[in-house]
Amino acid sequence: MSSSEESYSYPDESDLELGLGLSLGGGKTKTKTKHLVAAGGGGSWDHYARILTAKDFAGVVSDKTSSSSSSSSSSSSITKVNTSGTKRTAESPCSPPGRSAIRFSYGSSQVVGWPPVRTYRMISMSNQVKSPVTEQLFSIDDKCKSKNADTPNPNHGSCKNNNISKENGFAKTSLFVKVNIDGVAIGRKVDLNAHTCYEALSRALDDMFMPSASVGGRGSNMEKQSSVAGKRQPVRFHDGSSDFVLTYEDKDGDWMLVGDVPWEIFLSSVRRLRIMRTTDAKGLGMRISTLS
Amino acid sequence: MAYSFPEEVLEHVFSFLSSDRDRNAVSLVCKSWYDIERWCRRRIFVGNCYAVSPEIVIRRFPELRAVEMKGKPHFADFNLVPEGWGAYAYPWIAAMEEAYPFLEEIKLKRMVVTDESLELISKSYKSFKVLVLTSCEGFTTDGLASIAANCRHLRELDLRESEVEDLSGHWLSHFPDSCTSLVSLNMSCLGSEVSFCALERLVARSPNLRTLRLNRAVPLERLANLIRRAPQLVELGTGAYSAEIRSDTFSNLADAFSACKQLKALSGFWDVVPSYLPAMYSVCSGITSLNLSYAAIPSSDLVKLISQCQNLQRLWVLDYIEDSGLDALAASCKDLQELRVFPSDPFGAEPNVSLTEQGLVSVSEGCPKLESVLYFCRQMSNAALIAIAKNRPNFIRFRLCIIDPQAPDYLTLEPLDAGFGAIVEKCKELRRLSMTGLLTDRVFKYIGSHAKKLEMLSIAFAGDSDLGLHHVLSGCDSLRKLEIRDCPFGDKALLANAAKLETMRSLWMSSCSVSFGACKLLAQKMPRLNVEVIDERGPPDSRPEGCSVERAYVYRTVASRQRLDMPDFVWTHDEDSSLRYS
Repeated sequence: MSSSEESYSYPDESDLELGLGLSLGGGKTKTKTKHLVAAGGGGSWDHYARILTAKDFAGVVSDKTSSSSSSSSSSSSITKVNTSGTKRTAESPCSPPGRSAIRFSYGSSQVVGWPPVRTYRMISMSNQVKSPVTEQLFSIDDKCKSKNADTPNPNHGSCKNNNISKENGFAKTSLFVKVNIDGVAIGRKVDLNAHTCYEALSRALDDMFMPSASVGGRGSNMEKQSSVAGKRQPVRFHDGSSDFVLTYEDKDGDWMLVGDVPWEIFLSSVRRLRIMRTTDAKGLGMRISTLS
Repeated sequence: MAYSFPEEVLEHVFSFLSSDRDRNAVSLVCKSWYDIERWCRRRIFVGNCYAVSPEIVIRRFPELRAVEMKGKPHFADFNLVPEGWGAYAYPWIAAMEEAYPFLEEIKLKRMVVTDESLELISKSYKSFKVLVLTSCEGFTTDGLASIAANCRHLRELDLRESEVEDLSGHWLSHFPDSCTSLVSLNMSCLGSEVSFCALERLVARSPNLRTLRLNRAVPLERLANLIRRAPQLVELGTGAYSAEIRSDTFSNLADAFSACKQLKALSGFWDVVPSYLPAMYSVCSGITSLNLSYAAIPSSDLVKLISQCQNLQRLWVLDYIEDSGLDALAASCKDLQELRVFPSDPFGAEPNVSLTEQGLVSVSEGCPKLESVLYFCRQMSNAALIAIAKNRPNFIRFRLCIIDPQAPDYLTLEPLDAGFGAIVEKCKELRRLSMTGLLTDRVFKYIGSHAKKLEMLSIAFAGDSDLGLHHVLSGCDSLRKLEIRDCPFGDKALLANAAKLETMRSLWMSSCSVSFGACKLLAQKMPRLNVEVIDERGPPDSRPEGCSVERAYVYRTVASRQRLDMPDFVWTHDEDSSLRYS
């Protein structure tokens, strides 16, 4: 479905299909597509190809007649077009998971570090308490609420199927909070709004912090949250040597076990997360019942 | 030598030179001037901590009192530099401990600072006065406690936008009762609540306090008491600006504000309840700097506030201000010099506010002194950019970010080459430029031809070929920092302009088309350039020859090109084996 395939004499046509959708806006032009191929084999283009979805192509298909000038022809002599040597592999993500930059959502695609807003600023913004007064004053339409629908959230049986109510007046943003795990100095960040329930959050954290978890056997590392007679169990992790428990700091500065309150209430009061060794968590004043 | 002044006289003359450039020029006159100058230099600025080593600095300048240094490249702010890359402050702090017992000031930006470093600072320097950590990370509130407890003459503690592991608010209570020297305290990036009593007492016993930036955890109800104890404040950062609507809280706050006759700058404003904004009206006419970039306030309330601030010179605000608010700004703030508009919903697919290119056009028309802009929006046109350039040829900094990084002119669907071309053509004093939108090699041609004073350029998702990069490198005479991401720029332009790179501080290229082979070649050709290949996919030579590296960071240096703290995902030239990267 690529509009880029027409009438170009580039040697490696198969590369073009990976060039789809670079235009995240309208106006796909000849010059732009050209530079995709000129880029040669590079992790960055895989990056794009791998994660764009049909939603991004919707606007592109219509604009097939590119009227663009051919500044490209004069530059072609300098352009390096990689032919045989470079095989763009279908899989190769640029950065191994858990190692590098945070992925932000941009519509339904993800581009690292874009838009260029500092994390610091986004966390501050997203943790805003939206007072009822300000909510009334805003007359902004409730748009982009479908954002959360695109994020991969497995809603398993035990987990309530929450459609987080989108507050009127404010467009729903990300809710990044810091996560630290005992024993590791540098923390990570997680977008709580990308998940609809505790279980989804646990999986995400499990991915982030327990790299020994095998893809299929995630269940063995993470205790599924279950409602036992209506009482939730705390969220636990296990890294082979010790038990960890997920805790959070609330608005009042108190540290609580994650899982005790309904998800929405948790969202409105959480400030940051900490994956604590079970032995240290005893001081939290909550009984940690052993799961068996 | 018959005509030379005694050293003391020369030293005295040099003491009037404050600019680094002047001092560097003086050092080049002759050997004896070089020697005299180096003994009397008291401040240095190191723009890239890896451009030089602590040993070299200490050897040349034995009597420093103030050190300012930057670490990671700017794109680290957007998570493009993997964690663990470097920029550790500790080696510097440790080396300086012995060399500079009289050190008074340390200012670091984008560096990794540990509690250990902070403790060392607090214990090593008897007259330590100023600690500024901008966008730093790696330390906790324990480190702050050391500083508070041990630095008897502390004047400034400024943690702007640093990532601090917040263990507790207790650190503030470590300031001894005898500490009365504070001039500036910026704790706005911290999360925990500090003891309000301790804070109030600290403020009360600091008669020279000019800058106080609180953190979000300081509630509005406490603000009045704090301000009352420091009516001499020049810069105030509030905490959360919300409380139950109560008339006594309001009047308390309004009274406190009205006593602050010297207030010039306001910031903070998390969680704003607009009804409390009028409490500040009494100080608005004196305000020159207003940072509302965390304040979710509707446009109408923003306008009411801003129109009270006729002497405003700097405004940072969220896009809730909308075009209508910017029109009002243009009408009432004729002294405006700097405007930054941040996105309230950067990841939303649809616009949530009515802020377009028109807002920027209005401000450029109405504010004759406007010279610095950072503007996030969702649409732009060549016509608007051309108008802006015509209105405001005095721009020094122009940073435009269109949320969709390759958006064309939304009216004509053409690239935005002409628009940015107008900017660089008309704004002859332009020193910093960031561009977004659909851009071809043509815009780089314009930049190369016109942007002769440009020092820093940021490019993303732009250009067609190496020619674009070549235009920039060969044409921009004053270029110091170039940062590029996701552009089809590669080996040819880089190698053809190798010599240029040594005249710059640094070049960053990520997700471009630079091959490992070119990096090797560049490093061989240019022994004073460190060419760092930052790639998390494993050894670069394990991939096919033409494969592009994830990131290349090229900077000039007089230090070793194999820095000792290199993580395993960074490769540089191996001095021993000329053709092999280690």
